[in-house]
Amino acid sequence: MAAPAVGSGGAALTGRSLQRQLQRSNRLRRLQAAALVAPLLLYLLLFFLWPIAGMLWRSIDNPELRQVMPQTASLIQGWEGQDLPDEAVLASFAAELRQSYQDKTLAVAAKRLAYESPGFRSLMFAAARALPETPEGSWRATLTGLDPKWGEPLTWAIIQRAAAPWTPIYLLAAIDHRLDANGGIVAAPADQAIYLGIFLRTFWIALVVTVLCLLLGYPVAYQLAALPPRQSNLLLILVLLPFWTSLLVRTAAWVVLLQREGVINDLLIKLGLIGEPLQLVYNRFGVYVAMTHILLPFMILPLYSVMRGLPPHYMRAAASLGAGPVRAFWRVYLPQTVPGIGAGCLLVFILAIGYYITPALIGGANDQMVSYFVAFFTNQTINWGMASALGAVLLLATLLLFALYARLVGIDRLKLG
Amino acid sequence: MARPAGHASFAMRLGHYGLWAVTLLILFFLILPILIIVPLSFSAGTFLTFPLPGLSLRWYQEFFSSGPWQLALRNSLIVASATTVLATVLGTLAALGMTRARLPAPTLLMGLIVSPMVVPLVIVAVGVYFAYAPFGLTGSLLGLTLAHTVLAVPFVVITVSATLQGFDPNQIRAGASLGAPPATVFFRIVLPLILPGVISGALFAFVTSFDEVVVALFLTGPAERTLPRQMFNGIRENISPIIAAAASMLILLSVLLLTVLELLRRRNERLRGIKA
Repeated sequence: MAAPAVGSGGAALTGRSLQRQLQRSNRLRRLQAAALVAPLLLYLLLFFLWPIAGMLWRSIDNPELRQVMPQTASLIQGWEGQDLPDEAVLASFAAELRQSYQDKTLAVAAKRLAYESPGFRSLMFAAARALPETPEGSWRATLTGLDPKWGEPLTWAIIQRAAAPWTPIYLLAAIDHRLDANGGIVAAPADQAIYLGIFLRTFWIALVVTVLCLLLGYPVAYQLAALPPRQSNLLLILVLLPFWTSLLVRTAAWVVLLQREGVINDLLIKLGLIGEPLQLVYNRFGVYVAMTHILLPFMILPLYSVMRGLPPHYMRAAASLGAGPVRAFWRVYLPQTVPGIGAGCLLVFILAIGYYITPALIGGANDQMVSYFVAFFTNQTINWGMASALGAVLLLATLLLFALYARLVGIDRLKLG
Repeated sequence: MARPAGHASFAMRLGHYGLWAVTLLILFFLILPILIIVPLSFSAGTFLTFPLPGLSLRWYQEFFSSGPWQLALRNSLIVASATTVLATVLGTLAALGMTRARLPAPTLLMGLIVSPMVVPLVIVAVGVYFAYAPFGLTGSLLGLTLAHTVLAVPFVVITVSATLQGFDPNQIRAGASLGAPPATVFFRIVLPLILPGVISGALFAFVTSFDEVVVALFLTGPAERTLPRQMFNGIRENISPIIAAAASMLILLSVLLLTVLELLRRRNERLRGIKA
């Protein structure tokens, strides 16, 4: 075809209007695309992001004292920290202490203050019971007469801190730190420093499970990839069936298999290999077995998809150049599967650190992971600040690993099944 | 040949069979729980041990005549069906949108949409527990459905997007140029072509909700108890063959799901084979 006539007035006009039309239709397409995605985004914003943001907020939220003693909470913020708060603050404190004792809301404030210093609960309740309606002299003298602690600036500094709009204590506690008397950050005392240990345990369990999955998953993926498609699809069903079987079903099955009167102990005793049943469940061993079983398909599938795409002639070339099977595998095959190893390991590790149900049903007291404590603080002790803080740290770890996954592997590779 | 052929081939044969043995052993490990739990559900006895004292359907009978289990099954079916509809509609629309034009920050967008798959369930559960409470959505099947839809939507978006990758947009233009309005183009051309992806996504969504227990633990009271929730209590308190019966029925559901997926995959391959 002839080249467009440059400089011809008519053609230039058509070209410009064509360009405009194209731009308009592109804009329209983008608008349509945005309108199609918008409902889902709005949905996720309302029912997913907002709840998670709420949880993060709760990890620094400090509502208790401001609810139970609103006036004192606002007055004490003006105190400079020298000597004691002035008489107006103390009078308000005395009034709200008595009032909350009558309303039975004092326990909420006392529990919150006990997080800062354990002695506070009895201090508050003793004062509430003994406090007269009018001061004997000054409120300062009255309170100090009840317990010399009320005469210490430290006591009031703690109340001031607990009455602030937000607090770092939960997040600090989640990494085994606390505020000292002067508000500096110090390591938590040994008997309270348990959370870093729990995070360490969580990561350790996830690491062991990841390594076990890699060791078991690699040969299976290798064998499946080496087979003709018809056979490998058949064997792949054995991977996919447990994958799509309910997590709870598999956990239940492992309890049945591993418990003291369970199938495996039974078999071992009948074979005469052991005399007494082994403790295989409600301990770390059971957790490793069940979690490895549940997460193994997440390792096999990405490995399989990488291995399937490898051209076979590299291995043939290595063999023809004189490399033995082991050497050819180690130097030629294995390096090519590193992307699959990375994808599988990252995915298994990310999923493993969030596990709750399986360790809760199969583990003992010392095998519980972070998720268990998030649930525990939410439902059992109703310490929502601590639950949210542990959740926030766990979420941070997950998102960092997920970002790494997105960067190294790519989000579009996150196909399950 | 540099090395003795017999020796090399012996070592290689050994490696070959060794690898096969290891593979089959690991596949056996994967399938073992299913192989164990299904026969136990047909036991005539009350203990979960082999050999079975006799075969019977008594635990299935018990499952279908027990009030709590029936309630749980009904609740699970309601929540999973509602979740499937909601997640499939939202997810399919979004997948269509994302392939229609390049939207700003596509990686971030996709990352956000699939993040419910990797965020620890307990975090989602605690978050929705706090956030839904003021609106009376805790202790309600509606609240559970809303949360389950968040968890199920990534599967729909992923499967539908995968189908759309092989989709030729010229077919839409062809339809439009022949005078079909957009709705007709969608229902007569686009939907039939992406249907396998939509159905797979819907199945994933159903199973995701039907199996989910962590959010259910936080959002349900005794009246909204779902099947997994009921099983969780059973495993914790007293693991009886009725659990094995419930588990076997869930396994049957997975088998059905896998069969449908496999049929869809074959149909898809056949269609593309013809096209190529």
